[in-house]
Amino acid sequence: MELTLWTYEGPPHVGAMRIAASMEGVHYVLHAPQGDTYADLLFTMIERRDRRPPVTYTTFQARDLGGDTAELVKRSIQQAVDRFKPEALLVGESCTAELIQDQPGSLACGMDLGVPVVSLELPAYSKKENWGAAETLYQLCRGLLKSQVPAPGTARPGPERWKEEKRRPRVNLLGPSLLGFRCRDDVRELRGLLADHGIDVNVVAPLGARPADLIRLPQADANLCLYPEVAGPLCSWLERNFGTPVVRTVPIGIGATAQFLRELCALLGLEPPELREADQRSRLPWYSKSVDSTYLTGKRVFIFADATHAIAAARIASRELGFTVVGLGTYSREQAREVRAAAKELGLEALISDDYLEVEQAMAEAAPELVLGTQMERHSAKRLGIPCAVISAPLHVQDVPARYAPQMGWEGANVIFDSWVHPLMMGLEEHLIGMFRHDFEFVDGHLSHLGGASAPAAQPVAAPVNEVPEVTPLSATPEGGALRWTASGEAELSRIPFFVRGKVRRNTEAYANERGVAEITEETLYEAKAHFSR
Amino acid sequence: MAQTSTLPPVLRESGQREVFCGLTSIVWLHRRMPDAFFLVVGSRTCAHLIQSAAGVMIFAEPRFGTAILGERDLAGLADANEELDRLVGDLLARRPEIRTLFLVGSCPSEVIKLDLAKAAERINTRMQGRVRVVNYSGSGIETTFTQGEDGALTSLVPLLPSNPEPQLLIVGTLADGVEERFLSLFARMGLETVRTLPPRQSTDLPPVGPGTRLLLAQPFVADTVRALERRGAQRISAPYPLGVEGSCAWMAAAAAAFGIDPERVAAVLDPLAERGRRALEPLRRKLEGKRLFLLPDSQLEIPLARFLHRECGMELVEVGTPYLDRQLMAEELPLLPEGTQLSEGQDVEKQLERIRASRPDLVVCGMGLANPLEAEGFATKWSIELVFSPIHGCDQAADLAELFARPLNRRELLQWN
Ligand code: SF4
Ligand code: SF4
Repeated sequence: MELTLWTYEGPPHVGAMRIAASMEGVHYVLHAPQGDTYADLLFTMIERRDRRPPVTYTTFQARDLGGDTAELVKRSIQQAVDRFKPEALLVGESCTAELIQDQPGSLACGMDLGVPVVSLELPAYSKKENWGAAETLYQLCRGLLKSQVPAPGTARPGPERWKEEKRRPRVNLLGPSLLGFRCRDDVRELRGLLADHGIDVNVVAPLGARPADLIRLPQADANLCLYPEVAGPLCSWLERNFGTPVVRTVPIGIGATAQFLRELCALLGLEPPELREADQRSRLPWYSKSVDSTYLTGKRVFIFADATHAIAAARIASRELGFTVVGLGTYSREQAREVRAAAKELGLEALISDDYLEVEQAMAEAAPELVLGTQMERHSAKRLGIPCAVISAPLHVQDVPARYAPQMGWEGANVIFDSWVHPLMMGLEEHLIGMFRHDFEFVDGHLSHLGGASAPAAQPVAAPVNEVPEVTPLSATPEGGALRWTASGEAELSRIPFFVRGKVRRNTEAYANERGVAEITEETLYEAKAHFSR
Repeated sequence: MAQTSTLPPVLRESGQREVFCGLTSIVWLHRRMPDAFFLVVGSRTCAHLIQSAAGVMIFAEPRFGTAILGERDLAGLADANEELDRLVGDLLARRPEIRTLFLVGSCPSEVIKLDLAKAAERINTRMQGRVRVVNYSGSGIETTFTQGEDGALTSLVPLLPSNPEPQLLIVGTLADGVEERFLSLFARMGLETVRTLPPRQSTDLPPVGPGTRLLLAQPFVADTVRALERRGAQRISAPYPLGVEGSCAWMAAAAAAFGIDPERVAAVLDPLAERGRRALEPLRRKLEGKRLFLLPDSQLEIPLARFLHRECGMELVEVGTPYLDRQLMAEELPLLPEGTQLSEGQDVEKQLERIRASRPDLVVCGMGLANPLEAEGFATKWSIELVFSPIHGCDQAADLAELFARPLNRRELLQWN
């Protein structure tokens, strides 16, 4: 038993819903009580979908339990098939139905429905959403492709067979799904990128695929495992059974996109991509080199996300933007190893946790200037007064923008530059703020449209600060020592610009705690400043 | 209020429901009683439901959480009980401000027959009065959406002190501002001893006894009423305080139960009603003649339909309700226009077909269905907003009507050429 206040991932059947809802022609019958229908709103509200997810719930009640819930399951299955005429049917159960063991999957298999049926067993008490999504995608493809699996020992076509077949090479894009981060736009970006290199897209799955498309998966020369959380098991299975090689580098960021292209081209026997492509196609390299970006140097960033985006963010932050990564972690336990390795490269120990309070505490202790995280970290960062950009699921409706905003490929790098740097301040502006910080605009209450104070007559120079901290400093340091700020200390603190005040307060308290100083005066503050600027 | 109208037979449906479970009411109950904590004993699904229904994640440490059952807990109840005790112990140590702990049962805890009443007893003994622990079920196999509040309030009834003195007890959560307004209006009529369940502090429980008269602010508190009646209280039969008519009748019924001079009551209510109707006028013009379809969700559907028909002139195509409690609706049903089609329970696919066939101007529905219906061309209003917003009382009548007028206005505003 484990206490959970907010969760990063839903239960595994929500992962299965993500697969069903991402596809066309698939229907999911879920043996579950009425309350579980809440999951529809994840799709209709957060993803703003214009149709209900293709899910039929049995919505059994307590009074059904004495009777024949199996009959109810069968009725629901039959009605769903009659009404929705799916091309493939997923059948499974949620946590409660798992306990009553009606085995809806086997019931469906015995029903002669005239459609391929995939029975899903997703252990609700030990697994979570992403695992459920990956397992569902894998089981569905396996179910549809079983009969095509070549006998062991059969020669597998190589990734260069396109040459003999006198056609362009073609690949599958695997993993993009609803409720994933910017998947819709990533697919569009990658289609363009691949087209530029003469590579066709065979199938994108699950997003937008039909069951008939899945049957064509083995026709690809390579699989691109874009979101290992969802596509990992499927890619491995296709590799083992059909010999399709997998490119596992996720093309997020300049370096990773270039590496991805190099690997893919080498694999398919294509000309290696030009080195200058990145500079020609993306503005990130130049923007990062331009003088204005000097102020980005060494900015302390804290990263927590699903594994795919956490690893990518760490690489971009440290190598392409010159940030200092002060924390790296993920809630994706299945990919913990990869995240640990990425952290180790940066001299960090990865935080593998699904307890957002633990993450928040690690964040506070790392005293970052920028947080890259999920919706959860966005809220934690707001409480701590630290700017934040969302880089990964779990999402909120505002993370599904109307505009084209991929993360992958060259355009993705542009989007990332803008969306990470925007919450920080423009370099010149930071400088100006330093000069003018004693001016009237910087009086508290004139600073924020969020702070609840009267709106400023003229927007202060600092207006671009998106996430103006509603300064709620930790009143005690994480160690919990009882500290007192003297009047002189408070007065000095109030002279520090609001956007770094929270951090200065924390640093000073940490410093005071460390030294066993109980009273923080103006002098303590400057000693701390000197200490931390070393 | 002895009008009778003739309603066709209720459409009883038992297909797929598209209604949240009772756990959802934690979303407003925890705000009502800031010194209480709601601990769901359930699965990751339950945690995810509350999180998704709450929609916003504003609290670092919210006053609710889920004790998620793991495989080990399922393997043996002895372990599960021990684990629960440990987890509650940790929680209470970490959150010393908690005065009342609600252990909330879910489908999984009900199915494995985890006895939360016993657990509450055990923990109560151990806490020696520092915290009060009660339990109820919000499971989706037994309760829908707003019924969770009924369970929570019922669990408090045994803790209420006894007092035979006359008092008015308002049952069901109202928005704080609305509640204050009602209290001051009752005071003006000379009704001084008015208390509320739930109270604003979980420890500040109202007394109950033979002098207690119950006035229901919400139509989903049937079990609470029965438990209070067993302790001597008597229910005042009244419509619900939605709209000018409902609110006035509601307050007047309470005043009458305490023998207050009707003239004095009228002196308080008439100007309010007059003002409320004036405020409603422009909205009535907007809503008049518009056809309304209510899907079953919050249990407020019948009083809302009554208000929207009688005071706003809307036509009722179908009024769905998760379950029909004829006793608690006794004053509402006769106010519905002749021929109103009620439906109880749900078969969501068939209901959507009826919507498509009848082409209403406005559909009241849950969040899962709103955007899909909008995409099919229907204006919608989410019902969940109705349980979060201050909608009760004469002064709120226009605001309530505005919630329904807004989607229609918006459609007229938007232009694409
Ligand atoms: S319906 Fe049951 S299992 Fe589902 S969220 Fe509600 S209590 Fe939990
Ligand atoms: S506070 Fe903002 S980000 Fe958080 S849930 Fe609400 S709207 Fe979304």
